[in-house]
Amino acid sequence: MSTIYFLFQQMLLFSIPLLIVALGGMFSERSGVVNIALEGIMVMGAFCSIFFINRMQDIMSGNLLLILAILVAAASGMVFSLLHAYAAINMRADQTISGTALNMIAPAVAIYMARTLQANGVQQINFNNTFRIREVPLLSRIPVLGDLLFKNTYITTYLGLAILAVAAFMLYKTRFGLRLRACGEHPQAADSVGVNVYKIRYAGVMISGALAGLGGLVFVVPTSTNFNATVAGYGFLALAVLIFGQWKPLRILFAAFFFGLMKTIAASYSGLPLLKDMPIPSDIYKMVPYIATLIVLAFTSRKSQAPRASGVPYDKGSR
Amino acid sequence: MMKKTRGSGLGGFAASVLPSLIAIIVGLLFGFIILLISNPAQAVQGLKVILLGGFNDGLFGVGQTLYYATPLILTGLSVGFAFKTGLFNIGASGQLITGAFAAIWTAVNCDWLPGPLHWIVPILAAILVGGLWGAVPGLFKSLLGVNEVIACIMMNYIGMYGVNYLIKISNIYDKLKNQTVSVPSSAALPNGGLEHLFYKMRGNFVRFSSINIGFYIAVIAAVVIYVLLTKTTFGYELKACGYNRDASRFAGINEKRSVLMSMVIAGMLSGAAGAVMYLAKSDGLHIDVIEVLATQGFNGIPVALLGLSNPIGIVFSGIFIAHLNQGGYYLQKLNYMPEIIDIIIGAIIYFAAFSLIVRNVIAALARRREAKAVQGKGNER
Repeated sequence: MSTIYFLFQQMLLFSIPLLIVALGGMFSERSGVVNIALEGIMVMGAFCSIFFINRMQDIMSGNLLLILAILVAAASGMVFSLLHAYAAINMRADQTISGTALNMIAPAVAIYMARTLQANGVQQINFNNTFRIREVPLLSRIPVLGDLLFKNTYITTYLGLAILAVAAFMLYKTRFGLRLRACGEHPQAADSVGVNVYKIRYAGVMISGALAGLGGLVFVVPTSTNFNATVAGYGFLALAVLIFGQWKPLRILFAAFFFGLMKTIAASYSGLPLLKDMPIPSDIYKMVPYIATLIVLAFTSRKSQAPRASGVPYDKGSR
Repeated sequence: MMKKTRGSGLGGFAASVLPSLIAIIVGLLFGFIILLISNPAQAVQGLKVILLGGFNDGLFGVGQTLYYATPLILTGLSVGFAFKTGLFNIGASGQLITGAFAAIWTAVNCDWLPGPLHWIVPILAAILVGGLWGAVPGLFKSLLGVNEVIACIMMNYIGMYGVNYLIKISNIYDKLKNQTVSVPSSAALPNGGLEHLFYKMRGNFVRFSSINIGFYIAVIAAVVIYVLLTKTTFGYELKACGYNRDASRFAGINEKRSVLMSMVIAGMLSGAAGAVMYLAKSDGLHIDVIEVLATQGFNGIPVALLGLSNPIGIVFSGIFIAHLNQGGYYLQKLNYMPEIIDIIIGAIIYFAAFSLIVRNVIAALARRREAKAVQGKGNER
């Protein structure tokens, strides 16, 4: 039983950042703007918030600091994503190009700023991880669920699940969600009934920026004690999770958990009774999540449900 | 991906190149501002160093620029060719590293190959394996409808871990340094006469630049891709599928085969990039056994974008980006960080994305001038 609890807790560490960032990508793409800048925005959000933690950790610690850092991450991600929004919406730019530009700029700026701002001139930013919750009082005593969800955890886990719930509600049950989806499918139609396509798309990109920036912090905090201007390709993996999840919140959750579980098995096979004795080298195990994803996609991709107007700049004047 | 500019002759050429030039100038201005902020006293000197690029070290430096441009051009061609056929090849990283492995393995294990075959065969092996690696997303896309972006991302990781594994179990593993062994010197790419042009004297010693015939290969590849895309039926079919897959199918083009072939060719180009990078003399590059995706594969994306996915444009944009990077290398002598160059390149790419608007503005200006000219003639009468 304890192995399962361990696996589940590990899986969350992989899955939650993917979930948050993929949901962010969903908001952007369903409004009609392809956002391959997720990786760069993650780097930017992680850089600003980790630097914030680094500076503030002498006067505060624990979850208050983490909550403030979360706000910093989301705000910085949102501001950075404005660059993409401006290019994609106002300048009707090729969205792959401006996304690539952001992916190039973010790590360079992170290194440049870290080396300029830190007295020792190094590019790594160190921080103390004082954020782990050993167990949540009361809730951790619930049988099974308590062990799964309320021990050895971070508030970011609950935040991720809360974002999922809010995102699903917003997308399907609110006026804003309906307008967002309309702008991603047929912006001319949305415009003809008085929806401001530019505003909705700005909102979509900014939400994706906030979530991607937050995802950067959520990715770095549990797995490391320093930030080195990279999120190890997680932004692109989140893009894969978004496509895997067919641009739908619950499917994205499934995709993120599936990928996280595979990744956990690959990372901790030596602790698993059955897999330990098999003569398979670790490099092969590490390939498993990616191969498994390809295989699942092979069976599920027949009918892609990508937003129809995604990646197409909206031009009021076109027919 | 990119809309073709209308118009022909010199006007069309200017309309397509001018936005890129404006982007470059704005990006460089942006970089100059960063130089001013970091250290105002040396900013002008710094900008000069960036603009000079490889020329800071005479022809030796230019040789280095072209040497570093070689894999950039090949991966740029890989990404740009896929763009032209409506696909986003984000899998250049995996194709490059598997190709590089194939090249090194062949070079070490087939040392009985005579003369130039000892480096030609490893390049062909890399092209073959890179093509195979590109074929997987191609097959997934054409037969199963899997989005090529996601398949390419997965193949990048599978390639990285797979190559790490294969290196460790094969005889090309240098356990002490945790990297591949050096290829035999007869398998290193020859300089092909370029060393007589690109060198510098240090006292009485000659120091040759690292440039080798890989650069010829990249330029030839660009010409071949250009001819393929613009002068052949096959290339026309590939492009047609990029514009409109359904229309192509109705016109009788086998669109499944076209998607597959596009990805295979893109993979072959990235595989070749892996070969020219790692078939080097013993002081050159080795594959490190680390769990990080090969970044060179991703560097092809900005090269392709700045070159407007045009094979000849990509040769120039590859050289230009290498030129800036080389400038960044010399920039460190002024105690500036080389990351400034990455920011500049990022800014250039960002402003290049505005090309549509810039082009419209230029067109509007031209139209106004024309109208004025016509009006002027009218007044004369």
